[in-house]
Amino acid sequence: MTATLTQSGPAQEATTSPRRPRRRSSGDRVGRPGVIWAAPAAIFFGLFALVPLVLVAVLSFTSWSGLGSPQWAGMANWTKLFHDPVMLKSLWLSVLLTLLGVVIQTPLSVLLGVWAAGYQKNRAVLSAIYFVPLLLSGTAISVLWRALLDPNFGLPSQLTWLFGNGNLFGHQATAIGVLVWVAAWQYTPLHTLIYQGAARSVPHVLYQAASIDGAGTIRQFWHITLPQLRNAMITSVILMVVGGLTTFDTVLILTQGGPGTDTTISAYYMYKQAFQGFDFGTGAAIGLLLVVVATIISLIVVRVSRYDEMRSVNEGI
Amino acid sequence: MRRRPNIFAGFGSVVWLILVGLPIYVMISASLQKQSDFNHGGPLSWPKHWTFSNFTSDFHTGFGHYFLNTLILTAAVVAIVVILVPPLSFAIVRARGLVATSVFRMFLLGLAIPAQAVIIPVFYLISKAGLYDNLIGVILPTAAFCLPVCTLILSGVMRDITSELYEAMAIDGASSWRVFFTLVMPLSKSGLSTIIVFSALQAWNGFLFPLVLTQSDSSKVITLGLYDFQTAFGVNVPGLLAAVLMSMIPILLVYLFARRALVQGLMGVGGK
Repeated sequence: MTATLTQSGPAQEATTSPRRPRRRSSGDRVGRPGVIWAAPAAIFFGLFALVPLVLVAVLSFTSWSGLGSPQWAGMANWTKLFHDPVMLKSLWLSVLLTLLGVVIQTPLSVLLGVWAAGYQKNRAVLSAIYFVPLLLSGTAISVLWRALLDPNFGLPSQLTWLFGNGNLFGHQATAIGVLVWVAAWQYTPLHTLIYQGAARSVPHVLYQAASIDGAGTIRQFWHITLPQLRNAMITSVILMVVGGLTTFDTVLILTQGGPGTDTTISAYYMYKQAFQGFDFGTGAAIGLLLVVVATIISLIVVRVSRYDEMRSVNEGI
Repeated sequence: MRRRPNIFAGFGSVVWLILVGLPIYVMISASLQKQSDFNHGGPLSWPKHWTFSNFTSDFHTGFGHYFLNTLILTAAVVAIVVILVPPLSFAIVRARGLVATSVFRMFLLGLAIPAQAVIIPVFYLISKAGLYDNLIGVILPTAAFCLPVCTLILSGVMRDITSELYEAMAIDGASSWRVFFTLVMPLSKSGLSTIIVFSALQAWNGFLFPLVLTQSDSSKVITLGLYDFQTAFGVNVPGLLAAVLMSMIPILLVYLFARRALVQGLMGVGGK
């Protein structure tokens, strides 16, 4: 069994690579692309993604109203931000929404993903329907749910036993609940897909061995499937964290940060400062803060989980 | 391996089906009835008098034009991605040396840059370039932010081409151009269709770049049209939901025909 497993995948390349240097000197460069092949895409991407990354840091030390040229402002934006109660509140709200997203979407998408990994016909048909939200724009989804949950024309007016007096957008707790739910509706399919792919690549021998040992479905799930989904879980959690911290369109369309500033998360506050308050310097500072926080959290997840060592979950099989 | 039917999973899957299906049901039934009927019957009612007037009136209030703009945006983004990504992935997989590795690292870093966080400098660059309120100004950053994922997908596919095939072509003395067009491209068809579908989806559904980089009706795309419709005529739920449904129809059609390419690609992003 060991032999058949190691024959596939990168392992094979590793065993043949020591022979490479002998061939390299002769015609090895024939047919290989030069670096120039990568240049157009690299320049294009650098211009629109890496330059802005540097620029957001520079702009955070300037004052700019969107017209004319930015003026140097030193630390003014930063000191203002750290004394701004709305900013501090928005950071806390961003973290809260992100955490709630991870806590709710992860168990849901693990269960759905493992379920969808089965090859039964009914599962394939149902999964095809489950994946539909994945295709829709965040805008369409938010507009749809805004209409569905409208206090006057939406579901709350018909299902009073479930929604009480029905104004979900009027209280902080329910407004946060709406945001978390809509995000879950929108993103669970993506994470389900990730777990489905991972669950399908779990080696069958593991399950065969476990059932010979007399382990039932539930024990197999806990002791084989879950540990095997480790790498998928890291990817999925990083995506949720970065996505959660930068959630923006859902807030803009569903709650406009309200009631008051009760759902004004940082990404939305950045948009409000820059594109509604025309204070682009402060907006850039919040943007930089978001990049830094998202990167730090991703690095922590990677480091804690030792993902960077690229340990395969199949080690030792 | 045959398993017993799992009652718990069966129940859960039906509950989730209802949660996913309910909004879609409401959207379809609401968009097929008159506003007065909808306000009277509530969101769960099935239309008594069918009407397509919501769609036609949406189309006349500008959605036809927004559709066209979105189509142009999508086609342009796909074109840029298809021109830039295959040579890049080829270089990443086959070029020797440090530069190729560091280019790949740069794109991996790009995966982690959230577009929202750098929207202000992008706005600065686009307005300095004189492309504000111009569809081109939306096309360029949208395409740029598609590149990392597309590169990851396509270079993954190209990596699976066995080295024997390259060696055979090298023995024939084939140039890198010939290797690219006669070996690499034909064998990466599945990856190509995936990145086409993925980037088309990104462009079609994009909201943030159009929101901050355009202003006038002449360069408005569908997602922005939906947002405006909601803020201006939020009370007209059937009209609004008809517009939402219209914005989804092209994607759902693609999903019907290219589900495999899309799902496989997104699964690959997750990694193993």
